[in-house]
Amino acid sequence: MKEKINQIREEALAAIAADNADLEQIRIKYLGKKGELTSVLRGMGALTAEERPIVGQIANEVRAEVEAALAAKAQAQKEEALERQLKAEKIDVTMPATALAVGHLHPLTQIQRRIEEIFIGMGFSIAEGPEVEYDYYNFQALNIPENHPARDTQDTFYITENILLRSQTSPVQVRTMEKQKPPIRVISPGRVFRSDAVDATHSPLFHQVEGLVVDKGITMGDLKGMLETFAKTLFGEDTRLRFRPLHFPFTEPSAEVDVSCFVCGGKGCRVCKNEGWIEILGAGMVHPFVLENCGIDPKEYSGFAFGIGVERIAMKHYGIDDMRLLYENDTRFLEQF
Amino acid sequence: MNLSKNWLSDFVDVSDIDVKDYCDRMTDTGSKVEGYEILGEDIENVVVARILSIAPHENSDHLQICQVDIGGKVEQIVTGAQNIFEGAIVPAAIPVAKLPGDIVIKPGKLRGVDSNGMLCSMGELGLTEHDMPGKEADGILILDESYADKLGMDIKEALMLNDTVVEFEITSNRPDCLSVIGLARETAVSFDKPFSAPTPAVKCANDGDKIGNYLSVSISAPDLCSRYMARVVKNVKIAPSPLWLRMRLRASGVRPINNIVDITNYVMLEYGQPMHAFDYSCLNGSAIEVRRARDGECFKSLDDIDHTLDSSMLVIADSDRAVALAGVMGGANSEIKDDTTTVVFESACFLGTSVRVTAKKNGMRTESSARFEKGLDPENCFGGLERACELVELLGAGEVVNEIIDVYPGKAEPTVLELDASVINKFLGINISEEEMKKILTTLEFKVEGNKIIPPSFRADIGCMNDVAEEIARIYGYNKIESSLIKGETTQGGYTPKQKFEINLEKAMCGMGINQIQTFSFISPKFYDKIRLAADSQLRKSVVISNPLGEDTSVMRTVALPSIMEVIARNYNFNNENVRLFEIATVYIPTSETTLPNENKVLCAAMYGNCDFYAMKGVCENVLKLADIKNATVRSASDNPSYHPGRYAEIVVGDKVIGVLGQIHPLTAKNYGVDVPVYACEMDFDAIFEMMNETKLYTPLPKFPATTRDFSFVCDEALEVGTLKQEMTKAGGKLVEGVELFDIYRGPQVGENKKSVSLRVTLRASDRTLTVEEAEKVSAKILRGIEHNLGITLRA
Repeated sequence: MKEKINQIREEALAAIAADNADLEQIRIKYLGKKGELTSVLRGMGALTAEERPIVGQIANEVRAEVEAALAAKAQAQKEEALERQLKAEKIDVTMPATALAVGHLHPLTQIQRRIEEIFIGMGFSIAEGPEVEYDYYNFQALNIPENHPARDTQDTFYITENILLRSQTSPVQVRTMEKQKPPIRVISPGRVFRSDAVDATHSPLFHQVEGLVVDKGITMGDLKGMLETFAKTLFGEDTRLRFRPLHFPFTEPSAEVDVSCFVCGGKGCRVCKNEGWIEILGAGMVHPFVLENCGIDPKEYSGFAFGIGVERIAMKHYGIDDMRLLYENDTRFLEQF
Repeated sequence: MNLSKNWLSDFVDVSDIDVKDYCDRMTDTGSKVEGYEILGEDIENVVVARILSIAPHENSDHLQICQVDIGGKVEQIVTGAQNIFEGAIVPAAIPVAKLPGDIVIKPGKLRGVDSNGMLCSMGELGLTEHDMPGKEADGILILDESYADKLGMDIKEALMLNDTVVEFEITSNRPDCLSVIGLARETAVSFDKPFSAPTPAVKCANDGDKIGNYLSVSISAPDLCSRYMARVVKNVKIAPSPLWLRMRLRASGVRPINNIVDITNYVMLEYGQPMHAFDYSCLNGSAIEVRRARDGECFKSLDDIDHTLDSSMLVIADSDRAVALAGVMGGANSEIKDDTTTVVFESACFLGTSVRVTAKKNGMRTESSARFEKGLDPENCFGGLERACELVELLGAGEVVNEIIDVYPGKAEPTVLELDASVINKFLGINISEEEMKKILTTLEFKVEGNKIIPPSFRADIGCMNDVAEEIARIYGYNKIESSLIKGETTQGGYTPKQKFEINLEKAMCGMGINQIQTFSFISPKFYDKIRLAADSQLRKSVVISNPLGEDTSVMRTVALPSIMEVIARNYNFNNENVRLFEIATVYIPTSETTLPNENKVLCAAMYGNCDFYAMKGVCENVLKLADIKNATVRSASDNPSYHPGRYAEIVVGDKVIGVLGQIHPLTAKNYGVDVPVYACEMDFDAIFEMMNETKLYTPLPKFPATTRDFSFVCDEALEVGTLKQEMTKAGGKLVEGVELFDIYRGPQVGENKKSVSLRVTLRASDRTLTVEEAEKVSAKILRGIEHNLGITLRA
């Protein structure tokens, strides 16, 4: 009987080991109710009382062994099958992607938002005002009376004698100061208009972000500190600033501000035209005439203002060499940003 | 302003300053340098030479072989020029020599004869007939015998071509720096060097003759002329100016003309004081009047252009006519000519705004008017006039008649300011002593008396503490001011809710695969025709620019569609596929002549390619979802000629139209050269923001399952699915949770102009699972209601 059991064991294990073994069939054949091992065990009655437990144990061991072999083989077959499936499912990852449409913010918007976020982080609000504006707000309140030569530097589009397309966003500052008492920290981003024919570096419409801070004890050092923080955040921690005296009627002292070239770091390259510096903004301490005009006492308060050209920064930042591209809106251009 | 270094050296020693350092420092102290040019840099190895002999060339009719003395050495040079002669002194380029225009002269052979160099014309040296009056322009430049002892001398030295010119961009508040003397002052302060102020001395003809024998001056418009000075020069001999003077004018970018005219230009450049010279013999009478022009008065300017004047303009007049437009240009009637013998020099100060308006109205901005309009110093008139007369004597151009006419109705009191060092230190964020401040101000020629400071007369721009602070800061150095952080109250910044919504909307549009564009706010009025706007549309009334760059950009848009359609057309022409664009565009709706227009924002989108009406409708619905506007409906309309009449809809909330969308009318598209369907929407950004629902409340998720019932109705093609849905919802009652379209069938089985519309109704109660009976009851209600209200039944 022992031999018979051993023989069944050999046969069963061999069958399991075979390739493509049908495990369910093997289980039924050997371990099922009518299986070979079961039928052998049914003949146990013929054995002696001493032999019975020994054979019983052997039979149980063989059953356990065959069951384990079946389970192991089943696992192996499952794994093989998965492997085959995965292999069969291999795809060509270099084939083109399914295009999910995604739109792009205009590069000018992206730069303007970045500038706004930097100043919001420093406690600034965003002020807006009309683009078609009174001469008073665009010029007179800013210490540029009629027939002042400074009007030449901003060739202005007029609607009537007293209404024009704002040539700067400074009128928003005046409107802000009329409405709000210090402390004031606002930037006014937006469109401005000047009578410049379209070419690679000029456009009759462009964007500015102007800023205004008015409070007690504001110093020119504060202006420098604020602009330094701005420039370092926008262009990188290593950015240096250079201030040069200039004249604006609405600020005094006034300055033109250069940043060290963010491409070459100041060594000189194509972007900075080998100068190492890029002119990015104008700034200055608010002229007492302007404060007074807006009902703010210049003896008590001081302030600074600055103006940044968004196109200029966008062009330098992205390496765009022709301003016309910004307003042409070719999708092949827009989708690069 | 082009500054000659040679000229500058008359007043301040800059010999030890490198030109690049000079430019940097001047920029740092406020005189912005645009660039510099080293004159004569492009000329090398050209010397003064004498032609010793000339022999014909045996292989050429026109070439000649010259032996030239180049200073102790003889060279053979072959030339084609015909104006040379033996003994002539000429410029000779001796190899290897360089000439302007990157020309290099090397030894060579001309038709077999050695030629070691080239004789030069004035053009080859970069000079013109104005620089070298009386010399032949076409032939070799023949120098006079005064160069006999200069053979071998570098031509740049011989013709005074060596100079460095620095180009300054002077701001409008510093007209005093539009002069050599002004810039010399700034140079002296910037480099801490002594400034030698000029003191012109005029000897005058000591013959008892007086200006009173010639001239009297009166000012009848003292509001426009603060000072008028004049001098008379007699026995004038008009001739070319000497070389040194011509070369200084040339370096400054001014063309030499003759001694008298050159003197006026020279003084204007040196002193910043515009001068004018009249031919005395052309004046009618001896009385000069500075008066307002008469309305309609005619005046022919020096450049032979006729002008009609008005009473806002100031003229210099003799007894019966204007002889000069004050501060702008002289008249042709009293111009200096070659036979002029008596000259009146004018040195005056006119009101800036008046000169500016006059120049503008007559369309002639001159060097003189550009200076006057910035506001000049009447105190400078005297120095300028004296310098002009000194030059007359120096040049031997005539005899200066004794005495000066000086009518000075506008002498101004000097500005007196108080210096408070602590205020300035606090304002600038620096800490320098009062002594140091006073030292800076003194070098800038401020008078300092205790705490009183008086700016010099040529600094009309100094009027308050800030101006003084700037003077101190720019000399101290802007870059030496320490950066600091704002002290004081903190402010809470940030975007307003509307700004935030705009930013979110931009991002949402991008998320839908739509690219943002930026277009000009001004358009051509013809663009209204292009979008087929009705001829009587109110939207054709635009804010009009009175001085536009061109017709294309002459009116402020009242609609956003034309701008985006231009961009659509452009992309279509570029063969870009599947183009989707949006812009949050400002439109400008006029109010009245004297008030500002209303500026409204419009969300405008347009697309072509892989899309249809319903894609654009999806965009609009997403915008409404973003604003959480739930009660908007889309209804068909056909009254907008820009759009396809059968594919156009309005988005309505209550009775307010907050947007429109549709397919662009094929004729509109054709106007833009686009022959594929284009879809567009225009939504009222401001209205959407106003309606935006910001207080969102959570609705509990359903606890009980829903059940659905499908219906297929056969109806006329004209019946809108929206109407059907509405009626089903209404008829079904409150258990109806939603009605969704899932199929539309058209075909022979339903008949012509009919469609079968299949809709799925979702039913749910919030407190129980609906029974089959309940659901059937609702179904029956829906069927009854539809049959009753729309007269249609289920598909058989």
